[in-house]
Amino acid sequence: MLRASFRRENVVGVFAFGSWPKAGFCHSFCRIDLVRNVVGDVAMTLAAFNLRDVTLGYDGHPAVHHLDGEIVKGSLTAIVGPNGSGKSTLLKGLVGAIQPMGGLIERIGFQTYDIAYLPQASEIERSFPATVEDLVTLGLWRRKGLFTAIFETDRKDVSKALVAVGLEGFQTRAISALSGGQLQRALFARVLLQDAKVILLDEPFTAIDSKTVSDLIALVRRWHAEQRTIIAVLHDIELVRETFPDTVLLAREPVAWGKTVDALIPENLLKARRMNEARDETAPWCEPDAA
Amino acid sequence: MTAYDYLITPFADFAFMRRALVGASVLSLSACPVGVFLTLRRMSLMGDAMAHAILPGAAIGFLFSGLAILPMTFGGLAAGLLVALFAGAVSRLTIQREDASLAAFYLISLALGVLLVSLKGSTIDLMHVLFGTVLALNNEALILIAAVATVSILCLSIVWRALVAECLDPVFLRTVSKSGSPVHFIFLILVVLNLVSGFQALGTLLAVGLMMLPAAAARFWFRDLEPMCLAAMLIGIVSSYVGLVVSYHVSIASGPAIILTAGVIYLASLAFAPRGILFTRLNPQRHRIA
Repeated sequence: MLRASFRRENVVGVFAFGSWPKAGFCHSFCRIDLVRNVVGDVAMTLAAFNLRDVTLGYDGHPAVHHLDGEIVKGSLTAIVGPNGSGKSTLLKGLVGAIQPMGGLIERIGFQTYDIAYLPQASEIERSFPATVEDLVTLGLWRRKGLFTAIFETDRKDVSKALVAVGLEGFQTRAISALSGGQLQRALFARVLLQDAKVILLDEPFTAIDSKTVSDLIALVRRWHAEQRTIIAVLHDIELVRETFPDTVLLAREPVAWGKTVDALIPENLLKARRMNEARDETAPWCEPDAA
Repeated sequence: MTAYDYLITPFADFAFMRRALVGASVLSLSACPVGVFLTLRRMSLMGDAMAHAILPGAAIGFLFSGLAILPMTFGGLAAGLLVALFAGAVSRLTIQREDASLAAFYLISLALGVLLVSLKGSTIDLMHVLFGTVLALNNEALILIAAVATVSILCLSIVWRALVAECLDPVFLRTVSKSGSPVHFIFLILVVLNLVSGFQALGTLLAVGLMMLPAAAARFWFRDLEPMCLAAMLIGIVSSYVGLVVSYHVSIASGPAIILTAGVIYLASLAFAPRGILFTRLNPQRHRIA
């Protein structure tokens, strides 16, 4: 039921516009998916994100190059790939923090404000005189807005969220006195309170001990059971295989997008590993008509 | 000489002393919390830059109508807001950070201001603009200071939550709300408003002192934001009172006396406050077993 799929018109688009090597790659990959789409459950796949020929990047160089596909509503998707393969950039594009250099990202049935986004390196001002409760309560922003008072029930919700991430009783602790892993857990608690339809996590388990990771994974599974759409950037391939039904394997170009068992085969992982991280300043411009 | 003579009589006998005390105290109520947010946002020197940026506007007002309060105030306000808006916009639209763009704009503004003042005024006029006249606050000036304080405190209480969120985690605020940029600009406007208001009493340069010194001192006393703001206000008011009393008895300039008092309180806090040097460094801290 959870499937990222290439729709027929997108594949046609890729053939028409793409340069030959990319089209060649899509040829081998998309067609399998296309076939599966036709025989499979097309009617069931309601997209949350629809990506059409999306290119995201910086200074004229693509970090994510011509990506086509959909993230299905209620799916639990991992984004995997080597450093510099465009994983975080893709999340930033999905949340609307950066605009695509080309193509279109459609958010279907929700606004960017319905997304709970946990960035990789949060730009939290650790020296600001705030407590853990202050930080986590920000997760109630959609419910509370600028002015509504924080009531006892809200405090209870905050307290429950803290218990869920293993930070029981940390309410009055100053954020400057938290360890890196504790701060990350507090941020998870904030995501929990945001009660969002769509949750984007960028390397959420970095610097977290294994016991806490399994607690947080349980939380992710609960979100998944509640039909939320979850996309997480991860490096732990084993964790992805165990927990995430769907995977996008990136190496600037999409290497594979589909069921985790199909996407993370050794052949694909090897292909992703061979990505050249360096920018080529002399590379020709990628023009739609060049093919 | 009794304590009453020393502490109360100057204010009981002279209206200009009472006006100076009221003006400086009311200014403390609004400028000090603004200063607290400036220090917490690591923008402490921004107040200084903005104070310089105000100069050309005040100078234009001065060129047209001499040392009249309202033209100089509105001129200063316009110049300060323009610099703040340009600097904020450049940092949001380009890769340049706000400190660099602010430095660029305030330096342009400052040079323009000095040029304009030198076109007409004498050195004494420039001194007045730079250092203010706390002992010559007329009704217009007091009303202006009170109005700015009222607007500032109202604005701060309205945008408080967004301002805290914007300081604490700006990226998060951007993902849940569009209020990030407006709140930042409202805050910049409050900074300029309070500097313009302070510039009546203390001049463009020393107005920053009453904004930043109490705020910096308050950080050594309290961990949480709200008590920190209240402490900063209190320190501002105490500095105003003590500075005026001392300046009266020793016959020194009152503006610098107020700021120097705040400076002494800052140094004392740095040394002796609960979060100051003595307690955190020299006292070996006890610790619990877990």
